[in-house]
Amino acid sequence: MPTKTATRQEETIKTPKPDDGSTRGMESKTASKNSGKLAEAVTDTVDRKEAQAEYKERKKSQTDAIKNTDPELLREMLYQMVLGRVFEQKCAEVYRIGKIGGFCHLYIGQEAVGVGAMMALKEGDYVITSYRDHVQAMVAGITPEAVLAELYGKVGGNVKGKGGSMHMFSKEKGFFGGHGIVGGQIGVGTGMAFAQKYKETDNVTLCFFGEAAVNQGIFHESLNMAQLWKLPIIYICENNQYGMGTSQKRAMSIANIASKAEGYGMVGEFVDGMDVMAVREATLKAIERARNESLPTLLEIRAYRYMGHSMSDPGKYRTTEEIKKYQERDPIVLFKDSLKAAKIFTDADFEDIEKQAREATDRAVKFAEESPLPDERELFTDVLA
Amino acid sequence: MANKILMPKLSPTMEEGQISRWLKEEGDAIEANETIAEVDTDKATMEMTSLEAGTLLKIIVPAGDNAKLGQTIGIIGEKGEDFSGLLDDASTNGASSKADAATNGNAGSTAPQSKPQVAEQQAEPRTSGGEQPAKNITETEGRSYDYSRPDAVEEAETATGTEAGRGKAESGNGRMIVSPIAARMAAENGVDLKSIQGSGPGGRIIKRDIESAMQAGSRQPEPVAQPEQAQTAPGFAQTTEIQGASRFREENTSKMRQVIAQRLATSIGPVPTFYLTVEIEMDKALEFRKQINASIKEEEKVSVNDVIVKVAAQALMKHPFVNSSYQDKTIRFFEDADIGVAVAIEDGLITPVVRGANRKGVTEISREIKEMAGRAREKKLQPEEYTGATFSISNLGMFGIKEFTAIINPPEAAIIAVGAATQIPVVRDGEIVTRNIMNVTMSCDHRVIDGATGAKFLQTFKQMLENPILMLM
Amino acid sequence: MAEMTIRDALNAALREEIIRDENVFIMGEEVAEYDGAYKVTRGLWKEFGDKRVIDTPITELGFAAVGVGAAMAGLRPVIEFMTFNFSILAADQIINHAAKMLYMSGGQFKVPIVFRGPNGSAYQVSSQHSQALEAFYANFPGLKVVMPSTAADAKGLLKSAIRDDNPVIFLEQERMYGLKGEVPEDEDFTIPLGVADVKREGTDCTIVARSMTVPLALQAAEQAQKEFDVSVEVIDPRTIKPLDIDTIVASVKKTNRLIIAEESHAFASVGAEISHQVMENAFDYLDAPVKRISTAEAPMPYAKNLEELALPDVPKIIAAVKEVCYI
Repeated sequence: MPTKTATRQEETIKTPKPDDGSTRGMESKTASKNSGKLAEAVTDTVDRKEAQAEYKERKKSQTDAIKNTDPELLREMLYQMVLGRVFEQKCAEVYRIGKIGGFCHLYIGQEAVGVGAMMALKEGDYVITSYRDHVQAMVAGITPEAVLAELYGKVGGNVKGKGGSMHMFSKEKGFFGGHGIVGGQIGVGTGMAFAQKYKETDNVTLCFFGEAAVNQGIFHESLNMAQLWKLPIIYICENNQYGMGTSQKRAMSIANIASKAEGYGMVGEFVDGMDVMAVREATLKAIERARNESLPTLLEIRAYRYMGHSMSDPGKYRTTEEIKKYQERDPIVLFKDSLKAAKIFTDADFEDIEKQAREATDRAVKFAEESPLPDERELFTDVLA
Repeated sequence: MANKILMPKLSPTMEEGQISRWLKEEGDAIEANETIAEVDTDKATMEMTSLEAGTLLKIIVPAGDNAKLGQTIGIIGEKGEDFSGLLDDASTNGASSKADAATNGNAGSTAPQSKPQVAEQQAEPRTSGGEQPAKNITETEGRSYDYSRPDAVEEAETATGTEAGRGKAESGNGRMIVSPIAARMAAENGVDLKSIQGSGPGGRIIKRDIESAMQAGSRQPEPVAQPEQAQTAPGFAQTTEIQGASRFREENTSKMRQVIAQRLATSIGPVPTFYLTVEIEMDKALEFRKQINASIKEEEKVSVNDVIVKVAAQALMKHPFVNSSYQDKTIRFFEDADIGVAVAIEDGLITPVVRGANRKGVTEISREIKEMAGRAREKKLQPEEYTGATFSISNLGMFGIKEFTAIINPPEAAIIAVGAATQIPVVRDGEIVTRNIMNVTMSCDHRVIDGATGAKFLQTFKQMLENPILMLM
Repeated sequence: MAEMTIRDALNAALREEIIRDENVFIMGEEVAEYDGAYKVTRGLWKEFGDKRVIDTPITELGFAAVGVGAAMAGLRPVIEFMTFNFSILAADQIINHAAKMLYMSGGQFKVPIVFRGPNGSAYQVSSQHSQALEAFYANFPGLKVVMPSTAADAKGLLKSAIRDDNPVIFLEQERMYGLKGEVPEDEDFTIPLGVADVKREGTDCTIVARSMTVPLALQAAEQAQKEFDVSVEVIDPRTIKPLDIDTIVASVKKTNRLIIAEESHAFASVGAEISHQVMENAFDYLDAPVKRISTAEAPMPYAKNLEELALPDVPKIIAAVKEVCYI
């Protein structure tokens, strides 16, 4: 299968820099030149005018997509994105006052990826993800209360205070967890899709991982088996451009992750992760391929994490200019603008949604504060079945 | 060229042998195929011959010690030849591991010197072969366990199993070395650990030591002062902690003796006992007693039992196996006959001990027994007066008992049960006459006394009683 | 009862469980078309086809992960490692994922999976193919570790392992695949995990052995009986984790002496653990220090003589018996 690049992507994003061409490995026959140049550009500081121009293009295409989508779903998508943002900001706030211990990886800036992809699923589909899992857990249906109480290490937490930030799970919601070993969940997700096929269902698995996980052996082992055995899985590489504190550019020999699918004869596609509708559209296509043809897909969804890798990361490896560039194209601002342009919602609606998200977050804080600590006996429960 | 003499395989199942004796001494010339030593294997005593002619330069494993198959037990070569190079190798196994440790220690301390000394060179080959493997060493009990050497198990086994390390249940700092189960058993049974000689490595007191102590009833008080090293027969150097008790010497039990002991013990109880009964004509003994009593004061008169005690003591001198004690690895032979005489007291039985009865006259024996029996009834006997006998006598003749068996008092090897002397018609020289016949039954610890050994003792005992004049011989 | 090899007993267990439960499948390198590298899966692919018996690429981490994911989603995978040396590649999935999943999901996701294959030495296959990894896996909460030593145990324990709701490390021994024994043919025959078996009763000394050292310990016991009249008790824990320490402690309380014979290296081994637990639970019953016979502290050499030297054998066990019995 050839690697494809989302058409909208090619049309709208212009790369300001010349292609140095030498080491980027973009010789592959089908990968578009544009996507290569884009890949070049992503972690470089770009002119903010360029970014604004991109934003305008995005808004135009998103508005078109919105017009063909159920407003109720759109409202829910926006709510989940806003909730994700508000919730994670609250996490940062309470983390700083010591309410949350250990690692805490925030999703701020990447909301469009989780929401756009997961809200394209149906009942019985599975999701598995990395340690940056709070928002995806909520999109899957785990309550903000359960997620925050888990972060507080309370018994009311999603996994009774035993997992913490990195390990949200819900068997009932088909959410197979947040996993702490970079790339480990790619193989597990492949097994989940294997089981779906074994049981002869038409369900699919969404498997999220960051771009740094692509350098792990398990990524390649999994993609090989998934294509070999034709498993119904969508590998979603959430490319936030930094593996912990190291930029993709410094860690990967080629920039175009989607093109790696080609090495396994798999369909690979690049998606702009700031555009929730583009994410949704690409995921729907991949899901259809998985359900109907039992074929895997690799989506590289490029986003940007505004915060550090975790709460303990001051982010000194990048400039504020760079962060601002992405904030110019903020996925929530963009989505709201498009919704408004499409005349679906008004400012009042947005305020309402925002209020709803804040209230939900406040409820979560109250619940987490009040939930008791786990009983000491819990130390030894669930070690073995 | 000097060569090692290795312990050969002398029986199909042999894994180690005990040198029962060397037939050659260091410096003796040896012919090829000449017998140089006798070796006790698990099956029999075998002759060991030399494979080559030469001179016995060194005996490494002395008589009485065990050596594993292939272990170096001696060195053969030309007279005056330097065989030090062979000693080092030999020292890695068995008997001379102490020497090995010493030379190793020496090597360590002299290592920085530019000109190594001979001792160092001898110790070196194992540790400085140029590419010494990295070692992972764990300190345990003051010795190191080296995971890197596959034979570490066997070496540790030999190192700890040396006879040299046995017998002293204290480490250098005066701490007793006792296995946990042994300590627990001792505590539960009131056994005084100080009175026990450990048979484990480094003198560790182990379970079987407590078991034998319990059999010996060694609930003893603190030991009293050591007896003086008086004039003593050669070989009888050791003493127990009981004042006045007989000295003894110990000989290693032979392989065969160990097997006999083990088998029999498994068969019946801890002390495999058998019984021998003999009929003794007491007429002359009674006459003998009458003559003695005629010449002494009324209150000093001797009983038949006193005579029996004296006779038994004399007979024991001729039959050391009966005057002995089985000590598992060794048999303890007593120099004197310390005879325990069972005395019935109000709520039981006690056996005052007549020390050195072989050296005492009948009247002296009699006096001692009377005196101790009296104090026994008043319960005034000191423990050392009723423990540590080498042989016992139980006499129920006064109760009209004709014949019975008595229970051995471990660690003694035997006890005789004496019945009443009764007039019985017997045939002598074709005529029916009456004689005073007394039945004596000896209970024997089969681990040390075999049937014939016991029978021979009883024969002597009988002869002496039937002809008291023999006591003088 | 039927006499069969350990290999065939394992095969029978797999076959019966594949038939009994449609969620059971076996996956690994050359388990299907090739009939298994050591023929444990012989005939299964022909009988059950591609769905139940699946050849994988040489991708240990990958197929171990597929197993973990499939188990989380309700299947009961049996993952064969051609040898357990290769499981080290998959250790992330076994240790970081399978072992932790139930706990860190707050009890929501069970991982009923069996990782099986030969463990320990084979015949002159050198350093990278001769490792005994039981201590490694037994160290992690959330895993069970099983090591059969007879055909009947192999069958009964593998069936229990497949039916168990936990990840089970099932360690076989290549040298033992051909060992024969009586095996119940009953499809309901299972042996519970976590129960030790007294392979030989004795009174003077206890040997705890597992896998390859069990037959060695039994031979040593016979020899010790014959030559020194020492009565040796041989205990096979069969399941390393959970460990049936009670049976071992009861035996040590009776014999007062303990030897552990194992094929792994000594340092931080299962034997070290047993030794510790016995010290804790039967300290007052010991008459001699606990003795271990383990593989030498070196990577496995190729040369036959060195390999033999490195491994536990009957004479080494006998020497230990003599040492602890003070003979």
